[in-house]
Amino acid sequence: MNNFETIQIETDLLILGGGMAACGAAFEAAHWAKQHNMRVTLVDKAAMERSGAVAMGLSAINLYLGLKNGKNTVEDYVNYVKTDLMGIARDDLVANIARHVDSSVHLFEKWGLPIWKDDEGNYVNEGRWQIMIHGESYKNIVSEAAKNALKELGNNGQYIERVFITEPIMNGDRCVGAAGFSVRENKFYIFKAKAVLDVMGGAVHVFRPRSVGEGLGRSWYPPFNSGASAYFTLKSGAEMTCQEVRFVPVRFKDSYGPVGAWFLLFKAKATNAKGEDYMVTRASELEKWAPYGTAKPTPANLRNYLMMLEVEAGNGPIYMKTDDAIKEIVANIPDEKEAKRKLKELESEAWEDFLDMTISQALNWAAHNISPEEMPSEIAACEPYFISSHSGASGAWISGPEDLAPADKFWGYPNMTTVKGLFAAGDASGASSHKFSSGSFTEGRIAAKSALAFCSDNPDPVVVGDAHIEELKQRILQPLVTFEEHKDYANDADVNPNFIKPRMFMFRLQKIMDEYAGGTSVGFKTSKALLEKGLEFLQYMKEDAEKLAASDLNELMRCWENVHRMWQAESHIRTILFREETRWPGYYFRTDFPEMKEEWKCFANCKWDPETGTWEMLKREIEEI
Amino acid sequence: MPSFVINEKCDGCKAQDRTACQYICPNDLMILDKDKNKAYNRAVDMCWECYSCVKICPTQAIEVRGYADFMPLGASVQPMRSTDAIMWAVKFRNQKVKRFKFPIRTTPEGTIDPAAGFSTGTDNLKDTHLRTEPGSLGTRP
Ligand SMILES: Cc1cc2nc3c(=O)[nH]c(=O)nc-3n(C[C@H](O)[C@H](O)[C@H](O)COP(=O)(O)OP(=O)(O)OC[C@H]3O[C@@H](n4cnc5c(N)ncnc54)[C@H](O)[C@@H]3O)c2cc1C
Ligand code: SF4
Ligand code: SF4
Repeated sequence: MNNFETIQIETDLLILGGGMAACGAAFEAAHWAKQHNMRVTLVDKAAMERSGAVAMGLSAINLYLGLKNGKNTVEDYVNYVKTDLMGIARDDLVANIARHVDSSVHLFEKWGLPIWKDDEGNYVNEGRWQIMIHGESYKNIVSEAAKNALKELGNNGQYIERVFITEPIMNGDRCVGAAGFSVRENKFYIFKAKAVLDVMGGAVHVFRPRSVGEGLGRSWYPPFNSGASAYFTLKSGAEMTCQEVRFVPVRFKDSYGPVGAWFLLFKAKATNAKGEDYMVTRASELEKWAPYGTAKPTPANLRNYLMMLEVEAGNGPIYMKTDDAIKEIVANIPDEKEAKRKLKELESEAWEDFLDMTISQALNWAAHNISPEEMPSEIAACEPYFISSHSGASGAWISGPEDLAPADKFWGYPNMTTVKGLFAAGDASGASSHKFSSGSFTEGRIAAKSALAFCSDNPDPVVVGDAHIEELKQRILQPLVTFEEHKDYANDADVNPNFIKPRMFMFRLQKIMDEYAGGTSVGFKTSKALLEKGLEFLQYMKEDAEKLAASDLNELMRCWENVHRMWQAESHIRTILFREETRWPGYYFRTDFPEMKEEWKCFANCKWDPETGTWEMLKREIEEI
Repeated sequence: MPSFVINEKCDGCKAQDRTACQYICPNDLMILDKDKNKAYNRAVDMCWECYSCVKICPTQAIEVRGYADFMPLGASVQPMRSTDAIMWAVKFRNQKVKRFKFPIRTTPEGTIDPAAGFSTGTDNLKDTHLRTEPGSLGTRP
């Protein structure tokens, strides 16, 4: 470890992550930091140009209200989000994002993002809230704007890539920075900051994916977002919310290609193998989940649930009727030449939807000789993910804005967690689902401005003692030491009784979560008995985490990614256990409490205490604003 | 569908400090074999097949072969990305080929002005107006 240089960086605002929320934060922070002579530092584990969930691009911006044309109101949107999440959402947070999000989208367009337009020059909607884009370079464009914004700060603005953030640095009850290491060279990093913004995305590979060969990495959610956000806030002692609200998307089978354009733009239907539309044949099931089940549109998890019931009944494969949808659109065009042109246009739109954001689905269709206009394609439920910016909700419990939040949900600075100086946005903040790419960017902006207000109210430099830094360095680099110490004992780099390598550690976590916490192999079902057993096995894992071993920097990153996942897993199990009901049957099903209960129309929060190492579970009230 | 490097085409980015594929991979998978001076994907089963490495490689040395655990052999999807558009060649297992071209950007690379000409209607760090607002909201003239 002596060969690791320690680099110390002091800043006012520290932005952790380089994704959509981080780019929004950098863009916003640069402006205010310049006015107030403050410093901004952004740290990403990858290259911002292609990091995070938007690395591949996207084919739609899923949140745009169209306020300037009076298309929707903020209230419409809040109602939609709350219904989709079965009543569980923070009105104040959702409304705050919604009232600003259009401005972000208008900026994207000015920066060079091609947005589809109709003949009158208006954005083309995919669904009510979604607009279509040619989004292959979405992330390149947004990150260029963020980098150029940081440049406006001269020496006071910087971004650092390929540094993996591992741990929060605390000073009593305040977060004063972060520790991490370079994944390229032997450098250990200490960032000291007056305010820290956690925007490191969501988590995948906590549950066992459906494919476990080469296709292990083809999860819907990108394998490079591994729960760092949740770990960071949990370890700081911040209160977390909705840690039970995982997201299970239904996508084209195996390559997990998007279905949004098919359902919303092309109005395709999904059926079982017999051709029955289960949204119609199983409509009566929805009444059990009223008022959400009977609302329109049907919440995502309930659409999933009806499909799961079909699969359970042995009525698969489940098909997206792409062929019928296209035939129907073309049949409505009487002119033959025009119909042909339309067919070609639809074909190109359908393929672009994949090529812009899930290229492997295009390859999958090509490998199976699938032409969507001629034959249907299989869809299936993915494994569970943690992504609160989409249709999940897990994340930190944050303060709302003063003008919208109820008194018990405002504590001084919008988007600040319950830990002083620690802010969260995007996938890192909870109970404000459906913000997507544009809303995450926008929330990053809100959080950055608020964090700088905190800096200006708390201008004294923060102090981190040398002993503390040394302790962090030892702990974070320990897997390298463990490997060095024991590697010569056995004639195998991976099989050694003195340590565990991160890859098998990950598989162990996935097996526990899949089998005990309601993964795909058990049809998303779980119960108190199963969860308690899973928790028992997780405790062994936590002990064995001390014996993680890494032979190089890449493996060191994998070690910490999996420790982060393990904490995400524990908070998930504990919160599912706490909530004694079933509220999102298409995400998970409690077989011992199979119904939704009025008494659980509340937030289920949790908190880990850094002093005592114990967990506390809390109920928090839901308010309408 | 993991990425792979065609030996003959990879020149190790001419032995520069960092290769393009290593620079870009969001999961830090691409690395250079210094002895052979060829890049490779060190953990194909952690590859999201996001094509970032494929798109950036200056010699078109990187392609993708569908995940062997569920995709039949024989198909390929290959892009050519320029500064304002991307072209795709989709080859089916049955030899059918489809080509597509989509725009990717309407401004020259590197030219983005963050504020995009909008001014910010407040100096107050504590009110709810964000940078470029209200102008960028478009709700008021
Ligand atoms: C497959 C898919 C399709 C989607 N489709 C759409 C769509 O069509 N339209 C839409 O609007 N939205 C879509 N979304 C949602 C959108 O991508 C997210 O809402 C958005 O990216 C969230 O922003 P974020 O900043 O919270 O996370 P991300 O953008 O994922 O950024 C996370 C950042 O954290 C960094 N990071 C992670 N761990 C660490 C660490 N330990 N140290 C340092 N840095 C770290 C990552 O490198 C990355 O830069 C989709 C998402 C997925 C997964
Ligand atoms: S970017 Fe291409 S040429 Fe450069 S090292 Fe990678 S594969 Fe080889
Ligand atoms: S396809 Fe994406 S994840 Fe796979 S090696 Fe290339 S850049 Fe990395």
